[in-house]
Amino acid sequence: MYLLINREDVKKTAELARLRLTDDEIDDYQNTLSEILEAANRLQDVDTAAVDPAAHAVESVNVYRDDVPKPGLDRDDVLRNGPHVVDGFFRVPRIMEE
Amino acid sequence: MNLQTTSAVELQRLLNDGSLSSRELVDRCAERISDQEPSIGAFLTLSLDTAKAEAAASDERRRRGALLSPWDGIPVAVKDNICTRGLRTTCGSRMLERFVPPYDAAVVERLRTAGLPVLGKTNLDEFAMGSSTENSALQRTCNPRDTQRVPGGSSGGSAAAVAAGESPWALGSDTGGSIRQPAAFCGVVGIKPTYGTVSRYGLVAYASSLDQIGTFGRRVRDAASLLQLIAGHDARDSTSLPAETLQLGSDDPSVRGLRVGLPLEYLEHGLNAEIHQAVMDAVRRLEEAGAVVQELRLPLTDYAVETYYLIATAEASSNLARYDGVRYGYRAEADDSRGMFEMSRTEGFGDEVKRRIMLGTYALSAGYYDAYYKKAQQIRTMMRREYESAFEQVDVLLTPTSPTTAFAFGDKSTPLDMYLQDIFTVTSNLVGIPAVSLPCGEDSHKLPIGLQIMGPHFSEARLVETAEWLERQRNGGDSHDL
Repeated sequence: MYLLINREDVKKTAELARLRLTDDEIDDYQNTLSEILEAANRLQDVDTAAVDPAAHAVESVNVYRDDVPKPGLDRDDVLRNGPHVVDGFFRVPRIMEE
Repeated sequence: MNLQTTSAVELQRLLNDGSLSSRELVDRCAERISDQEPSIGAFLTLSLDTAKAEAAASDERRRRGALLSPWDGIPVAVKDNICTRGLRTTCGSRMLERFVPPYDAAVVERLRTAGLPVLGKTNLDEFAMGSSTENSALQRTCNPRDTQRVPGGSSGGSAAAVAAGESPWALGSDTGGSIRQPAAFCGVVGIKPTYGTVSRYGLVAYASSLDQIGTFGRRVRDAASLLQLIAGHDARDSTSLPAETLQLGSDDPSVRGLRVGLPLEYLEHGLNAEIHQAVMDAVRRLEEAGAVVQELRLPLTDYAVETYYLIATAEASSNLARYDGVRYGYRAEADDSRGMFEMSRTEGFGDEVKRRIMLGTYALSAGYYDAYYKKAQQIRTMMRREYESAFEQVDVLLTPTSPTTAFAFGDKSTPLDMYLQDIFTVTSNLVGIPAVSLPCGEDSHKLPIGLQIMGPHFSEARLVETAEWLERQRNGGDSHDL
């Protein structure tokens, strides 16, 4: 069966999305994403020359609010959801080589 | 009083004339919930003790004549992608299984300000991605009309809770049909308002340009009243519209002279004959009452599902980048941060969520952006024009809500099969217009059929009036009791 995207495309996309896939998952996503993109290729039949892309459903311009200071969320409340919190900080594994 | 059939409007009357207290009402809901939940599974988290205390406080306010709103004391269920302070909000995902929001969503603030006790949080497809609630990582929800079948999705828990009589009404969210399709499957009313009508502050984002919070009720007036209560401008959502107060519902709904459009694309392609018949019955009743019905064509409907899935998944891939195991949510252990991000996301997200992140990432990636994402956005512009010109000829569009009635668990075997379920509902999200789904009959398996009414931006009042008129016709004139 012809597939629109290959295994390398799937692996590269997973890397961009910060996901790790097993070999079975790579096969599965190669199949289902190809099927979906094949369907999406029908959109090429629509003549969209000179049509502006719409990012929103309702036209809107920049929206501003008054810049008035107000209390933020309670720090302890916010940190309570942190998977690893130390002394008011979020702790993560090392981010660079020694 | 039969909790399963009594409307919120009727409950309000019972509270007002003193024959029912809010505390009694919440107790009855709690009984119904404990009776129904083993077979339905609508709720992921219950907050009944808090709801009972809130109900008692409402009764006290009533004694003092200090009600917070006309709906003070009538309890509500909330979809579990809407943040509730101190009450876990999971999005049906392992990723947020233990997440307890430090703040209330704007709509939840409004429920509290109006005195509505929150019964609990309802099940959904993980991060609202799905059309059957089968994608919830935490629980299965069954359709109260037939427990072998799905309740629809993604707001399947809210629809099921209302249909099963566990809650008089409920909040949901609708990105591509996630209120209307489960409303149709479970035989209740669902309203997705104009984009920007309801604040999205505190709604966990899936596809921000499409997401909109809306309501479920057993009656049109119930869903409309709850919408009225949560609608309004909120500076914390930059897409929130500075709209006037929604005025919904008429004591004497009329359809005389209403211009009704029947888009043929929604009725062709081998649409199920029973659904077609139910829609045409509604059309006939409208015509007999003086509505002017005309057929019309909306050719871009054929491209709606593909356009929707490219835009929705692109936005989702960006919105869900925040789940990295650092500040909240699931964290996997790893030696370095990159590994921790990847393993947290890999273990925390379910299959369909990963698929949509992958699809969106691919559609946005270098070399494919113009062919997929930009193309879809251009077609979105064309769809908006197509609907604008349709609404120059007609006031409302009448269509089926879904191409099928409720299907059995596991029935949609491929992702694409499931996506095609959304063909009649995605366009109103792409175009930002309001839409209502209400029951309009049953198929030969006694499963409810949903009728969708769409109108131009800000036409909620007309949609509600038309829906209420149709509801009264089906119920022999009485809109408040079955």
